Amino acid sequence: MTGSTAAALGLHRAGAAPHAALAAACAAALLGLLGGGFVAGTAASAFGPWHYAALLGLTLLFARSVARCGAFVGDVTVSAIVVTIAGLLLLFVFYPVGRSLVAALHDKEGNVALSLAAERLLSSDIWGLGCFGGGTTCGVAINSVVLATIVGLGTTLLGLVLALAAQRGGQRFSALYRLMAVLPIVTPPFVIALALVVLFGRTGVVTTTLNEWFDIPRTRWIYGLTGVTLAQLLTFTPIAFMILSGALAAVSPSLEEAAQTLRASRARVFRTVTWPLLRPALANSFLLAFVESLADFGNPVVLAGNYEVLSTKIFFAVAGAQHEPGRAAALATVLLAFTLLAFWLQQRWLGRASYVTVSGKGDAGVPAPLPTGLRRFCVGFAMAWIVFTLACYAVILVGGFVKDVGRGDMTPVVTHFAEGFGLAWQDGRPTFTGSAWDSFFTTIEVAAIAAPLTAIVGLLSAYVITRQQFVGRRAFEFLTLVAFAIPGTVIGVAYIVAFNVPPLELTGGLAILILCFVFRNMPVGVRAGIAALAQIDKSLDEASSTLRASTWRTLTKVVLPLLKPAIVATLIFSFTHAMTAVSAVIFLATAKYNLATVYIIGRVEAGEYPLAIAYSTVLIVFMLAVLLLVQAATGSVKLGRRSQAELITGH
Amino acid sequence: MGNPGPGGGVVFEGVSKRYGSFAAVDNVSFRIEPATLVTLLGPSGCGKTTTLRMVAGLEGVTSGRVVIGGRDVTRLPAAQRDVSMVFQSYALFPHMTVLENVAYGPQSGRTPRAQAEAMAHEKLKMLGLAGLEKRLPSELSGGQQQRVAVARSLVLEPSVLLFDEPLSNLDAKLRRRVRQEIRELQQSLELTVLYVTHDQTEALAVSDQIIVMDAGRIAQQGTPRELYRQPAGRFMADFIGDANLVDGDLAVEAQAARFTAAGVSMAVRCAGVPAGPATLALRPHRLRLVAPAQAALQGTCKRADYLGSHAEVLVDSPWGELLVFESAEREPLPQRGEAVGVDFDADAAIVLPR
Repeated sequence: MTGSTAAALGLHRAGAAPHAALAAACAAALLGLLGGGFVAGTAASAFGPWHYAALLGLTLLFARSVARCGAFVGDVTVSAIVVTIAGLLLLFVFYPVGRSLVAALHDKEGNVALSLAAERLLSSDIWGLGCFGGGTTCGVAINSVVLATIVGLGTTLLGLVLALAAQRGGQRFSALYRLMAVLPIVTPPFVIALALVVLFGRTGVVTTTLNEWFDIPRTRWIYGLTGVTLAQLLTFTPIAFMILSGALAAVSPSLEEAAQTLRASRARVFRTVTWPLLRPALANSFLLAFVESLADFGNPVVLAGNYEVLSTKIFFAVAGAQHEPGRAAALATVLLAFTLLAFWLQQRWLGRASYVTVSGKGDAGVPAPLPTGLRRFCVGFAMAWIVFTLACYAVILVGGFVKDVGRGDMTPVVTHFAEGFGLAWQDGRPTFTGSAWDSFFTTIEVAAIAAPLTAIVGLLSAYVITRQQFVGRRAFEFLTLVAFAIPGTVIGVAYIVAFNVPPLELTGGLAILILCFVFRNMPVGVRAGIAALAQIDKSLDEASSTLRASTWRTLTKVVLPLLKPAIVATLIFSFTHAMTAVSAVIFLATAKYNLATVYIIGRVEAGEYPLAIAYSTVLIVFMLAVLLLVQAATGSVKLGRRSQAELITGH
Repeated sequence: MGNPGPGGGVVFEGVSKRYGSFAAVDNVSFRIEPATLVTLLGPSGCGKTTTLRMVAGLEGVTSGRVVIGGRDVTRLPAAQRDVSMVFQSYALFPHMTVLENVAYGPQSGRTPRAQAEAMAHEKLKMLGLAGLEKRLPSELSGGQQQRVAVARSLVLEPSVLLFDEPLSNLDAKLRRRVRQEIRELQQSLELTVLYVTHDQTEALAVSDQIIVMDAGRIAQQGTPRELYRQPAGRFMADFIGDANLVDGDLAVEAQAARFTAAGVSMAVRCAGVPAGPATLALRPHRLRLVAPAQAALQGTCKRADYLGSHAEVLVDSPWGELLVFESAEREPLPQRGEAVGVDFDADAAIVLPR
């Protein structure tokens, strides 16, 4: 913001003139530094540490002068937080995505080619409807949307059945349901697909058994739409389950009791009270699963076969034989348009439509039991589904310890672990000889650096969004949350396009992996922070400031200590997510800085299933151990808002 | 204790707070003299809390000037104003002990820890909280929490102390005691206090001056006695205490004035109200039930409720339904449908211009 815009916004006050001049000078210097670098483009040298220090210094000085001019109610701390985070988002989310969209308009030589762009964006490869007319295949966009719609509807339905069983079906299997809630947190996204291949592939355990016992012929039915759908249903149902389970728990029992006292039957209570109150959560669950399915890379890359979807097509357009970044960018544009549309719908429909209210005082009361038939169906179905899900995990756990589970060779061996995670005694000290160690350590390093950064950036954003008033607050909130809607594949392509050349030449390094995780996981930190801050009465901040505390003191002494549960949850989320993510970093990992998931995908592509399975086991066990450690260290970590017991007893 | 000098107190000069086209506070001016307790009273949504928060610096001012202790603080944030506030929710930091809560203010100003804690101990002792220093707020009773909040705001010895509905979270018995304590503290330490409440009994009990607000403006300002005796209009008469409001005509002759409504005429005493349409405000306890023959105003008893300290009798009369507080000793109370007369002294009626 320059001095003139500051004046236009009515932010002038006495003595502001020198600060306005300083702000303008800083803005000019920032633009000069960045702009100069970009104009020089490939000719210039890449930015070094001094450049980054200068950028940061100028940004902070700019923030300070703008605050002195009267913006952000004159609060330098708030100004510094907002300006720095907005700057980082612009540089590491919006600039690369914008750059990759522009790349869709260029041909291989870097010239603007609109006709080529139009051809890429509208090609029948993307939009073809052949499969509906009895023809051969549909375009990838159509394939993706069909898959996402089926998965969205399916997971929502399954999630509802599971949630009803868990919340209203009695307490007998509560540990099982909790497991369902924890598993997806620690599971890399392709593990289910791997398990399905092992079970139902041409030489899979189930296929072989059926073939030997009943002479059912071996087929490749698992590869394609059916297989991907099944894998995604298994992968995303726990998310729908958690959303709907939370919504169901938040339906105040007194509402249902009120309906009962008005002579409503169980079925009528469910139909007229419970169900309408659940509808926003159902829509939310559908949209979330829809977006997750569109963005999913791990399951399709293992199982899609000839059924091409956007995320894998983008990857192969960049990494495949026909290296075509322009086409990848065009496909990324289409994928981004879909997810942004879903995000927009979610904000528009559900922004205010939530009926779920959290008041300080819980209601006493007992939730209405389900009609008997429905209850039996839900519990029975939920058990079957959970057993199926657990069977997939069991296959992965067993698979690492037998010779070749994919071909039914169940001879117990430890060679897979020795190959990946071998330890030897060389030159008087232990040496990591296994081929997987490098990627494993890199992954932990990246995740451990990214997690605290994500928490800091996310929670500071949440604080200024919920607790401070400033011009542009809504825009800032949108900026921090919209990154949520950008699929990993799109970010991956964007980072390659944007950060492969000076001045920000980052590809191939460790920093780009960390940046990628910080800005991809940040929206979750923001949401966790906003939710947690909503529970902390604003008068605490106000009391602090009437007691002469600066914003910084209020933040560090009052807000952050009270946010401890949200901080822990965000740390866990971003750590585990950084350990399990595939879609974005598969573009960014290199031989030198390889990541666990990328390494595993490589093994799958090379057909080395046992090693991939063994490595997945190690990842899952490692993260479960981390979760348990954190839980032991912090007492009980509440990932959810309130525990079930609290809701029932009403405290 | 920071005894404010002659320049102390608060001056509010033509202050407005607008949200878009809605004016939450509309051109409000008042003055709080040093060492007095002034109450902002009004129905919810009248702008009283917004006014308080503008004094604290928690809300910005759209236009006008705020002066505290002779210094223009209009543009200063809360942390730089010489005020402290006791919040409705008390806003005690739940993760800090009582001592840490009370020492928080001095420590914000870089006072060394030992000195800050000494200051905190002194105020805790003054409020009878000695021995509770190590407790967390959640381990205290409501009344104790309230006193910790007061101690915390007193420790900085501010030139103005603000109370935002401090009694609303206490039960009825405790309310009376705590409001007496607050008043005693204010008088013994000669504090300048601005106090917000929607409870008129509470306001009458504790205040030197009451400012009644309605729809973002000041409806009337005065001592408790002035507001009760000489309400400025219908709203005021109805808001402070109970009142039967009767619309009619005022005729002023040489010495006496007569108020006529629905054909019934009664003698009243009016100070400067011109003849013509007027409203009569009648306090229920100033009305008397008499035999029908002895009164110009006659009606029938609609209901009579015995309340222990007095009886409430509702009379259907030509002047509308009148609420009469009758002595509880009267036995028997009039029966439903029984004819009664209503009478009052000429100086008991409040005449309001219409």
